[in-house]
Amino acid sequence: MKYTFSNRLKIGSYIAMALGLIMLIAGFMTTPANVEEAKAMVAASHDDGHGGHGDEGAAAVGHGDTEAHGGAHGEGEHAAGGHDAAHDEHVYHQLKNRPWSALYVAAFFFFMISLGVLAFYAVQHAAQAGWSPLLFRIMEGITAYLVPGGIIVFVILVLSVLHFNHLFTWMDAEVVEHDELLQGKKGYLNPTFFLIRAAIFLGGWIAYRQVSRKLSLAHDSADDNSNFKKKFRWSAGFLVFYLVTESMMSWDWIMSLDPHWFSTLFGWYVFASMFVSGITVIAMITIYLKSKGYLEEVNDSHIHDLAKFMFGISIFWTYLWFSQFMLIWYANIPEEVTYFVTRIEHYKLPFFGMVVLNFIFPLLVLMNSDYKRVNWFVIMTGIVILFGHYLDVFNMVMPATVGENWHLGIPEIGGILFFAGLFIFIVFNALTKEELTPKRNPFLEESRQFHY
Amino acid sequence: MAATTIFKAMYDDDDLLMHAVKELRSKKYHIEEVYTPFPVHGLDKAMGLADTRIAITSFMYGCLGLAVAITMMNYIMIQDWPQDIGGKPSFSYLENMPAFVPIMFEMTVFFAAHLMVITFYLRSKMWPFKEAENPDVRTTDDKFLVEVQVKGDEEELKELLLDTGAIEVHVPKK
Repeated sequence: MKYTFSNRLKIGSYIAMALGLIMLIAGFMTTPANVEEAKAMVAASHDDGHGGHGDEGAAAVGHGDTEAHGGAHGEGEHAAGGHDAAHDEHVYHQLKNRPWSALYVAAFFFFMISLGVLAFYAVQHAAQAGWSPLLFRIMEGITAYLVPGGIIVFVILVLSVLHFNHLFTWMDAEVVEHDELLQGKKGYLNPTFFLIRAAIFLGGWIAYRQVSRKLSLAHDSADDNSNFKKKFRWSAGFLVFYLVTESMMSWDWIMSLDPHWFSTLFGWYVFASMFVSGITVIAMITIYLKSKGYLEEVNDSHIHDLAKFMFGISIFWTYLWFSQFMLIWYANIPEEVTYFVTRIEHYKLPFFGMVVLNFIFPLLVLMNSDYKRVNWFVIMTGIVILFGHYLDVFNMVMPATVGENWHLGIPEIGGILFFAGLFIFIVFNALTKEELTPKRNPFLEESRQFHY
Repeated sequence: MAATTIFKAMYDDDDLLMHAVKELRSKKYHIEEVYTPFPVHGLDKAMGLADTRIAITSFMYGCLGLAVAITMMNYIMIQDWPQDIGGKPSFSYLENMPAFVPIMFEMTVFFAAHLMVITFYLRSKMWPFKEAENPDVRTTDDKFLVEVQVKGDEEELKELLLDTGAIEVHVPKK
């Protein structure tokens, strides 16, 4: 049975995109035009006791991310008397960065979902899983977003290289000039090589996506299993490529926002986040389609399995989050620990809140075996997990780009709405293109009979 | 005492056993017990057994382990002999918590796993030097045995058991 894109969902996605776009533009319009305006804005938000960032006491401690800005200005001390010029300049740049960061976080988050699904899809083929073939078309629908989503992220990176924004401080030649550490990293961390790498990553991922989709469709009308075997080889090869490039991507696109800081398991950490978000979205879309009367052969055991993955990978994510945190906390080396000092001082609520959303909540809610089969339960948990992982990306990006001047306000919500709308539009549009169930697959019958 | 007469039917295949159990249940016979040499998937559902509650006990044991770990670490590392952990002499449990998380995790798993196994053994009435309740030693090798309570005509039940593929039916002597 072919899926028809319901009008209500389509209009909903248009509205989300339009509203999101307006909110994003509003975010760009309200950035300060110069240092004076920035000062006034910060003063105003301090006066009305805005809860978005640390209280005055925390602000007086000093800006933990000055290091990340290459020491272009002094240690931003809030003397009781007032701000020095370097600090004002710094705040001005942070406020200018805010809508860009909101755009980047949302663009990366939705891109990461489709990339996580692509990895999950490849794992299913490389492992020749028997339970999942009924869900392959759903996964292919979600990975359709990889192309536009990847291009958007790439465009934002190009705009960063062209100095339309200052998300990546190491792209500023003047900062590098005064920073010995960044000079040492110049061989890897330079704008040209950065874009070449991004093009290779995206090119490889999109190529696998297109090839696997083509083989999957060709297999439906073939009369032997040669496409299936080819796909196995492509998937195994892709996984090797993916695990290396995904790790490098996380250094390039996220870790280099704090160019002095590094963590060796950062690639895994980002991977866990994208994997669990991707699996959650597969479960949610499958349940949605089932509720509309499609996918009759998908039973509660398939949902149960997806929910088990949601549960398991949530714990895997926590394991990595904690491993990264504990080692740095224990060793207490100044170069490393600044990363968490900034987050705990200025991002206390999102930083610890996300551990509640991404670990404690799914742990307690999805632990019971029976609850994993209750569809609305999986949907509700999925929404919480997705929001938690949005916050995760938020916590990875924002402290480096906007520092303590963070909010979850108009540009951030606009970014989420715009990319959610785009994601829904592209994914559900791709789902209408082919039958929702593959016609031929050596494991199709096993998947139909799957029961736990 | 016809109501408590028990027939013992022996099978040599788990698929036949599953089929026989379903057949007996659909004819409203009461199955006393089934002995198998290995866990047969779905047999508990076919026999209509209530869901196991061992998962709930496991959760409670895990919580107990967590509580023991917290109390223990707090006593050892903070109160009895205050330790400077990672160059941070705060002597506060909460501030040193990251260092204790691995122990909290291990103790949770340790308690949940061991106490769950012990609970399972006790609940199954298994302890050292326990006499086997097994009616036929062959069920520890490759045979399956079903104990059925007789209801109505004894001959009819015997026929039914043989029809479902029983290789032998043991009828107790009167």
